[in-house]
Amino acid sequence: MEVVRALIRRRARGLRLLGVPVLGFSADLLIGAGCVAEVETSAVSLGEAGLAPRFTEAAQKGEIKIRDATCPAIHTALQAAEKGVPFMPLRGVLGSDLVSGRADWKVLQNPFAEGADPILYVPAIAPDIALFHARWADEAGNVWIGRRKEVATMAHAAKRTLVTFEELRAGDMLEDELLAPGVLAAVYVEAVAPAERGAWPLGVAEVYGIDDAHLAHYARAARTREGFQRYLDEFVCTRKKNSLPA
Amino acid sequence: MIARLIGDARHVAIGAASPIPASGAFLLKSQQPALRVSLHQRRRANPFTEGSRELFDLAGQGRIDVFFLGGAQIDGEASINLVRADGRRFPGSFGSAFMYPVIPRTILFREEHSRRALVPRVEFVSARGDPFALLTGKALFSWQKKARRFRLESVHPGHTVEEIRADTGFGFDSPVSVSTTLSPTAVQLALLRGPVAKEIAADYPEFAARVWDA
Repeated sequence: MEVVRALIRRRARGLRLLGVPVLGFSADLLIGAGCVAEVETSAVSLGEAGLAPRFTEAAQKGEIKIRDATCPAIHTALQAAEKGVPFMPLRGVLGSDLVSGRADWKVLQNPFAEGADPILYVPAIAPDIALFHARWADEAGNVWIGRRKEVATMAHAAKRTLVTFEELRAGDMLEDELLAPGVLAAVYVEAVAPAERGAWPLGVAEVYGIDDAHLAHYARAARTREGFQRYLDEFVCTRKKNSLPA
Repeated sequence: MIARLIGDARHVAIGAASPIPASGAFLLKSQQPALRVSLHQRRRANPFTEGSRELFDLAGQGRIDVFFLGGAQIDGEASINLVRADGRRFPGSFGSAFMYPVIPRTILFREEHSRRALVPRVEFVSARGDPFALLTGKALFSWQKKARRFRLESVHPGHTVEEIRADTGFGFDSPVSVSTTLSPTAVQLALLRGPVAKEIAADYPEFAARVWDA
């Protein structure tokens, strides 16, 4: 989130966002701030806070390009990239209008089947940049992602990976057998930067939870362009990190 | 009703934004502890350790028996639309396009029972398949695979067959006499208001507070 807020302050333009496999609060902020040209995603939503208001309006007005996908198609496309193969097949999906909306997806015969067996093929996705927030980074340049393995897949597939982190740990987490299975090794990571409470108002497991009240406040405020602008002024431009009065 | 539909399944998974199916599943689990309930978006003690693709990998292998899907629109062909309708944009298809055809028992669930939600033909097919049932806030339908038509199974207490006809945008079959959906028992209601509400509150705090005051 900290990088998202910085991108808005720097007036980034023309970003193409990939949801792994969905987009949420970060994307809605970037879209509302005019930073985004295109999204590829299975959905954009604020979870229990409801529809993502800036995405919804931009989509209805045709202000951004949307490449609609489905969750496992995005996971599969990233897994193809992390293996270095040009495509991978995926079951299901046939019969959905998503298929005809995606010129880059192909339905082909399963080459190993005796009878007719059409199957969807999706091309590999190698994002230019993977960006996420982690609980720990260490002195060896590793980051700890825990069970969030889709983050590892994303980093393996991406050309560059940039990470903000909550706390710096001394030493090398790969030397700790309990931590190591949750580590994304430094080989994939181009740069890390500290950002305490950097995920706020989203959460970091066991450190701080999702700020549901703040997300609900955002969902209401961002229903109008003016309300969204006031939100940016208060929480992005002034770098305030809670909903409490100053 | 949700607990009854899940029936004797071994493993039910619950996707995004599904507090009511989650409540039904946890209700059944409180009575049938062997049932595995995997809440995809669980904040603490999430059942998955291979990232968000694991739900789909499990489903693709046939390790999940029951899954719930909704839709901004659901039509008489049992297709669902999570993308756009009447100039409005919705969040998107999520995993539905994959889950619907690969899950043995997909239950369509939409609380709103209206001509706006239940339409003759969806504007965009996010996913299609053969559902096990369609459950709304007013009625329960079964799916006739060969005829490709819904059949009205029961009407919830306080609603009538005429009302269901008036509020459903697609044609469906219906027996001469339609039964009334069984209400939850006193024991089930107590479970829903107690341990189930508590279980749900961790992941759906707004829902739990609104419905159960939990």
